[in-house]
Amino acid sequence: MSDAALLEVEDLNVSFPGRGGITRAVRNASFSLGRERLGIVGESGSGKSTTGRALLGLIPAPGIVTAKRMTFGGQDLRGLPDAEWQKLRGRRMSMVMQDPKYSLNPVLKIGEQIEETYRLHHRSSQGEARSKALAMLEAVKIRDPDLVYHLYAHQLSGGMGQRAMIAMMLIAEPDLLIADEPTSALDVTVQNEVLRILDDLVTDRGMGLIFISHNLTIVGSFCDRVLVMYGGRIVEELKASELAAAKHPYTQALIKAAPSLEHPLAELAVVTRDPAWLI
Amino acid sequence: MTVETTSAPPAARLSLRGWLASDAPASRRQAVLGNVYRGFVALVSNRTALTGLVIVAALLGIAVFAPLVSGFRSPIDQSLSERLAAPGAAHWFGTDEFGRDIFARIAYGTRVTLTIVMLVSIVVAPIGLLVGTTAGYLGATAGRAGGIIDAVLMRITDIFLAFPRLVLALAFAGALGPGIENAVIAISLTAWPPFARIARAETVSIARSDFISAVVLQGASTARILFRHIVPLCLSSLIVRLTLDMAGIILTAAGLGFLGLGAQPPTPEWGAMVASGRNVIFEQWWVATIPGLAIFIVSLGFNLLGDGLRDVLDPKSS
Amino acid sequence: MSGAWIAGVLWRLLSLMGSLLLTLWGLTAITFSIGRFIPTDPVLAIVGDHASRETYERTRLALGLDRSVLEQYLIYLRKILAGDFGTSVMSSHSVLSDLYQFFPATFELATIATVLGVLVGVPAGVLAAANRGRWPDRLVSIVGLFGYSMPIFWLGLIGLAIFYGRLSWVGGPGRLDTGFEDIVTARSGVILVDSALAGEWEVFRNAVSHLVLPASLLGYVSLAYISRMTRSFMIDQLAQDYVTAARIKGRSFWGAVWGHAFPNIMVPLITVIGLSYASLLEGAVLTESVFAWPGLGLYITSSLFNADMNAVLGGTLMVGAVFIGINLFCDFLYKVFDPRLRAA
Repeated sequence: MSDAALLEVEDLNVSFPGRGGITRAVRNASFSLGRERLGIVGESGSGKSTTGRALLGLIPAPGIVTAKRMTFGGQDLRGLPDAEWQKLRGRRMSMVMQDPKYSLNPVLKIGEQIEETYRLHHRSSQGEARSKALAMLEAVKIRDPDLVYHLYAHQLSGGMGQRAMIAMMLIAEPDLLIADEPTSALDVTVQNEVLRILDDLVTDRGMGLIFISHNLTIVGSFCDRVLVMYGGRIVEELKASELAAAKHPYTQALIKAAPSLEHPLAELAVVTRDPAWLI
Repeated sequence: MTVETTSAPPAARLSLRGWLASDAPASRRQAVLGNVYRGFVALVSNRTALTGLVIVAALLGIAVFAPLVSGFRSPIDQSLSERLAAPGAAHWFGTDEFGRDIFARIAYGTRVTLTIVMLVSIVVAPIGLLVGTTAGYLGATAGRAGGIIDAVLMRITDIFLAFPRLVLALAFAGALGPGIENAVIAISLTAWPPFARIARAETVSIARSDFISAVVLQGASTARILFRHIVPLCLSSLIVRLTLDMAGIILTAAGLGFLGLGAQPPTPEWGAMVASGRNVIFEQWWVATIPGLAIFIVSLGFNLLGDGLRDVLDPKSS
Repeated sequence: MSGAWIAGVLWRLLSLMGSLLLTLWGLTAITFSIGRFIPTDPVLAIVGDHASRETYERTRLALGLDRSVLEQYLIYLRKILAGDFGTSVMSSHSVLSDLYQFFPATFELATIATVLGVLVGVPAGVLAAANRGRWPDRLVSIVGLFGYSMPIFWLGLIGLAIFYGRLSWVGGPGRLDTGFEDIVTARSGVILVDSALAGEWEVFRNAVSHLVLPASLLGYVSLAYISRMTRSFMIDQLAQDYVTAARIKGRSFWGAVWGHAFPNIMVPLITVIGLSYASLLEGAVLTESVFAWPGLGLYITSSLFNADMNAVLGGTLMVGAVFIGINLFCDFLYKVFDPRLRAA
């Protein structure tokens, strides 16, 4: 496990041609990632989720992805053929999506869906794959793996579903995990549990993590570094520990807008947007 | 995200188009006409919908100007010396087994098709609206009694919805005798339920809204609420559905005509024309082929138009 | 499967039975009304114009026409339930036995057409949805659109003229050439089955050559509908997150399409197929007329022209009952397996 950069991105651009013109979802984004935790914070439409999907080659047609540089573990991701992407996805890079109600297949058993990731990348017998899946369910602190294995998505609570999703995406031991709003669909009480499980797993396995969220507070406490996105651009990049000293007015506004128990305000601060930020 | 448009918007002008497309209508009429204009533009910009519109417009045009279009030839005059003539200069589509000019018969046949379309619409839409809006409104606002009426009306609707259309129309026409009116009645019997369903769905979604409550507080009777306020809001979905169903209705009517149960000779009904050309299909193919092509084109036109209207008026259902 | 779900299913089953009974009752009411209120005098139809007054009165009483309408309806209903659909004026057999005789031909046609519709229509719909906006999608849409707009009797005539008249690739009207007609004893009524069982392969081949055109015709109508519904269902599923999740795991695009999305549409697809089958029973009426196919459709239409109202109404009842039964059952299946309800 070297300290060399896992992911290097330079001038990533994602555009969607449409009837009213071209929509530029991500504009000249550049960043790098080692085996550390990077948070991407932004509001809806800031381009953060699109960035995550572009990294996995999952921008649907007619979207166009260009970059001066986009490498993972030294491999150039630009223009990669499908067969190569299939080798990377699940095995070396993976993504946990927001809502397990929708991201788990309703008609397949949970256990089978988790096994599938393993069997796609490893030759194994049915029994081997199953025991791996059960072990993974234990790793995400699900109390009764044998029972949950046979359940269907709609029978799981939000927290359990998200943990099953994490199991599904980490079973093949990828080096990079992109978590796209992993706790946004969960009750607040369950959010911390899931975050803790994610924390443990990422640390134990020495993975790189990209944590995408609109919640600056969570990202600030969970990640090492933070990227702030607005209007498709990265407007600021800073260490999580130095958030209070943010320089860009948008970041500062975000920080001020977060409610705090220690310093309660009569009125919550609202972000005033400067059109200059879009340029 | 930023959106960069490819062209800058033109400066507003005090033209009719500007008035119609205005974002800030000054009167109710302007708003309504503006909506119609925008809908029309959207419809026309869709190529398939445009094709459908052209076909239906052509149907209307030919029906109205049939004598002109057919060069003042008669669709029913027989000329046995010229029977089964091939398409040519004298008779563009040839003649049938009685020597009647097929082109003229096709042209006048548009009137028959249009008559059936209009008659069925006139019967089916009001019944569907009446049943659907009553069921929906009473079911949503009149408590338990209303709920029972809703359930009963919907049961009746479901019963008619489950009937086989053609077979029932056959039995009907068989009993009451052939003819256009009986065909219309037979088809209408099974065609009205979808409209009741749509009307009810629309009604239920708006029955409890504030503006209806406001009208109730103003003292409006149930009848007034239904007709003046609810029915207009159902109209756009209904029109879409009617246009889409029209193709099926035309095909059923043509099927009845083919079996000899629709409009009777010498009225030029396309389905019957196909049937009459049946025996000579191997040699004089045009007698049966051309009327069938007309049915196909008109049906296609209504389907295309219906799809286009649905995209414009009711995008959530597409 | 929770207890609540099972209870829900049982409730729906009950509801289905109720709807079925109600609708079938409605159907009998309509057929009775049609039969009762026809303009021609049914007594005259039997005794003829020159019968004496006593004969007329006797027949009138025998037909029960002196009773009230309600009584007549109840008698009619009782007869129907006992399987007495009256006697066919044409064949002088009981209508029920006629229906049994003619049913297999329609069944054969509708079944093979549906199989064709599924085998071609389902993959076509999946292909169209997966290639949305591109040429496979457009092609499937156009083919489907044509299928919706096509007068089936016209296409049948043209097909007959070209493939039988000009090219002689297929057999002509009817189920078999006249020479082959009585070789195989009718056991199931489905010639393909009967001839195969008897080992009469020439008869089999001849039957196939006659079946090809009408079955393809109806199959086309079937696949127009099935492909459109499959496409619509698949488009919905392909937009779901779990399909993206499958690709993130490393599944190929088509693996995600067939292995993840498709299983999710199988249940609604089955109901669609059922509905298509039911509507083919109707479409068969016109097709049988064009191809002189001795099925229920031809039976009804020819009885119509012979003013044999018993036969017409009996046939209508039978086709109607099967049509209604399949429709309501598919509605029921769909509601039972609706995933939204499962989640509740």
